[in-house]
Amino acid sequence: MVKRVIVGAHYGLKDWVIQRVSAVVMALYTIVFCLTALINNKFSYQDLHQIFSNRFVKITTLLFFISLLLHAWIGIRDIFMDYIKPTSLRFLLQVSVIIALSGYGIWALLILWS
Amino acid sequence: MSVMTKKRPKNLDLTTIKLPVPGIVSILHRISGALLFLIGIPLLLFTLQSVMGNPSDFQIIQTLYDNFLIKLVLLTILWSFLHHFCAGIRYLLLDMHIGIELAGARLSSMVVLAVSIILTILIGVKLW
Repeated sequence: MVKRVIVGAHYGLKDWVIQRVSAVVMALYTIVFCLTALINNKFSYQDLHQIFSNRFVKITTLLFFISLLLHAWIGIRDIFMDYIKPTSLRFLLQVSVIIALSGYGIWALLILWS
Repeated sequence: MSVMTKKRPKNLDLTTIKLPVPGIVSILHRISGALLFLIGIPLLLFTLQSVMGNPSDFQIIQTLYDNFLIKLVLLTILWSFLHHFCAGIRYLLLDMHIGIELAGARLSSMVVLAVSIILTILIGVKLW
């Protein structure tokens, strides 16, 4: 019988929660956006441009992107942990993904407020 | 001790074993997630950028997205998103202990597969 003390280390509980909370945030954003666009049939450049010029929409879109980047990081890291065994290669790939996702976050921020 | 060394039946013949439907949904959830990371996120940002830019930027992506090969990529990403979305909701329900019996889990995985393909076709037809 292995006596494992499970106090202290959280064995990925935080990641598990982040993955689900970010999923719910993105799902709600997507459903609300798609439904309002579909109901009002707003797909032209003017319509979309106007929607994303609204400050409330900008802020919720940024929240969506923050959720997306966290969600993508945990998901891709899990894939690497499962399939990429050499530590050096996995480290290199994980660092590349973190840099790419950080870049995407800055890009989103610049798109929304520039 | 004899129990420990007993030969158990083992079948690893890939031509006779197959992944059950919940397993197929699971691996597709992973593949679609990888596609969304590799293609989906840059595509989304590129599109949002052109919407926030001036009308000529939007014109450029409209002609770009009219290209047949790019339409195939868009369709693949659309399916990836819808599958990831539907399978994700199924996992959230499973986390809440909803549909964890074998029959229910099998049924819901088939629903996920079917709904995401049907929605991809419907939205694909509507967009083009």
